[in-house]
Amino acid sequence: MEPLDQDLEEGELEMPADPMMLNMGPSHPAMHGTVRIVVELSGETITKADVQIGYLHRGFEKMCERGNWNQCYPCVDRLNYVSPMLNNVGFSLAVEKMLGVTVPERTQYYRVALGELARICDHLTCNGAMAMELGAFTPFLWYVRAREMIWDIFEEETGARVTHSFGRVGGMAKPPTAYFKDVVRATIPRVLAVLTESEGLLLKNRIFLDRLENVGKVSKEVALDLGWTGPTLRSTGVPYDVRRAHPYLVYDRFEFDIPVGTTGDNFDRFMCRQEEIRQSARILEQCLDQMPDDGPINIDDPRVVLPPKEEVYSTIEGTIQHFKIVMEGIKVPAGEVYSYTEGGNGELGFYLVSDGSGTPHRVRIRPPCFAITQALERMIVGAMIPDIVPTFGSLNMIGGECDH
Amino acid sequence: MSKAVIEALKSRFGEAIWDVHAQFGDDTAVVDPDKWFEIARFLKTDPRCAMNMFVDLCGVDYPDRDPRFEVVLHLRSLEKGHRIRLKARIGDADTELPEIDSVTPIWGGANWFERETYDLMGIVFRGHPDLRRILTYPEFKGHPLRKDYPANLTQPLIKFRDVPEKFAPFGPDEGMSFGRQTHEFHRDDPQMIESRKKGLRDPRDPQAKPLPPKES
Repeated sequence: MEPLDQDLEEGELEMPADPMMLNMGPSHPAMHGTVRIVVELSGETITKADVQIGYLHRGFEKMCERGNWNQCYPCVDRLNYVSPMLNNVGFSLAVEKMLGVTVPERTQYYRVALGELARICDHLTCNGAMAMELGAFTPFLWYVRAREMIWDIFEEETGARVTHSFGRVGGMAKPPTAYFKDVVRATIPRVLAVLTESEGLLLKNRIFLDRLENVGKVSKEVALDLGWTGPTLRSTGVPYDVRRAHPYLVYDRFEFDIPVGTTGDNFDRFMCRQEEIRQSARILEQCLDQMPDDGPINIDDPRVVLPPKEEVYSTIEGTIQHFKIVMEGIKVPAGEVYSYTEGGNGELGFYLVSDGSGTPHRVRIRPPCFAITQALERMIVGAMIPDIVPTFGSLNMIGGECDH
Repeated sequence: MSKAVIEALKSRFGEAIWDVHAQFGDDTAVVDPDKWFEIARFLKTDPRCAMNMFVDLCGVDYPDRDPRFEVVLHLRSLEKGHRIRLKARIGDADTELPEIDSVTPIWGGANWFERETYDLMGIVFRGHPDLRRILTYPEFKGHPLRKDYPANLTQPLIKFRDVPEKFAPFGPDEGMSFGRQTHEFHRDDPQMIESRKKGLRDPRDPQAKPLPPKES
């Protein structure tokens, strides 16, 4: 190709005085997930910004309306694909709230344990990716190695590393393996060791700190107004955690602290997540100690839970039960419910509407990321281009969740 | 727990509260859609309610009912810890896009949630600062979460956007355009090849200088 300005003398060139528009994304190395940020720049300062999402919209809410209740699990799995177990648990709890059933105690502990493992994965990924985008590649690899240890547990338990589809209405797909407790007890100290080691690399690093501290500040009032929840809200100093404010499962039996930040900048969000990993480890420890070793996993209700396979093949009742649940789905009473749990990024809500048939009428997912990402626009206006990267990273926008 | 909120709403608005229930423990008020904004502002400002946390806003389609759509708003109070669900029924057989007041001026967080509801459910929010599609693209036909939208419908192909795009926060004459660069990316474009033969730099810009002659 010909050079563009071949015919221009250098003296004729002028610096453009117009503000410049720049397109970041949708596919950009520093934008994990696909999001497009259109910014108007004056020099290197952002004067206007428009955040555009939707590049990962897969129509989960529509898909959920087409199958039966248990067929929603693969969809909710893929919402926050870094911590799918939390979504599974959240959806199970929502449907069980409508059915008016409570799962056995052993399952409650099992759900807490798997959920906290998933939360550790989520925070490790966020903090690791954030460090990587700022140029610190080593911590990222360490974090991912720690995450891999947890995914190994998930693989043993569920058969899949990432998208488990392991929850079921009224229980879980399978009981915990015999060595579940031992594996978790052995793994958690290794994960925490990696965490401490990586902190040593990052928290004394001047470049890392300079790009996080006092960048992307959000006040408490603004965060509440925007519907922030989870670690991002706590970083502004609001100690709101669904696990503490509205305890579900058996969270009221554990001792844990809620880390809060003071200024609500990127550094606070980073540190909140770091500390939450430690608190999750604390919960896991207590959870494993209290979790019963035997006992049923599923509720004893043939209208909700699939019968054991041997009964399906040997008894007529089992066959009919199995047929009715698979072909017609679980009959959830007509009505509407909003159930909320603490997901990786904050309050993960499910607003379900049932018309009494085996198929959901409406599955509304309240993704925590969605509310958090909409703040990005006002966080980056007035900042500079390099500030977008840590700010965006600290919000932990998960494309699958944000775009449904 | 949020019975007090329901009572406060009833005493303040009376007739405008059409129905209240607490199915599965979630306190719900079905309200007059014309008073939607007023009731929402009351919930935020009244000290008995103090609903300062915006939680969720969505739409539900009931094709068999007469006001066909329901707009559902979930709120929480940080100080008091109570929650409430507010619903309004809107839309009839004649209106394609039912309308309701926007609550974005009250809770800034409603902005994207209302855009999403508009995009997927086709509910127009009056007074919304920037109501455009968010999860689908501007040329998308229909509103996919409506029950009469077939799940397997294929959308028509759209033309490559030829004009430089401008988005809502940017006025039409603001900033530099960042449309396609006309030089390199159009090597195979017949119009471009034609104009190159004529020695023009950009076929769409008559003021552009001709290309310099090639050195032999």
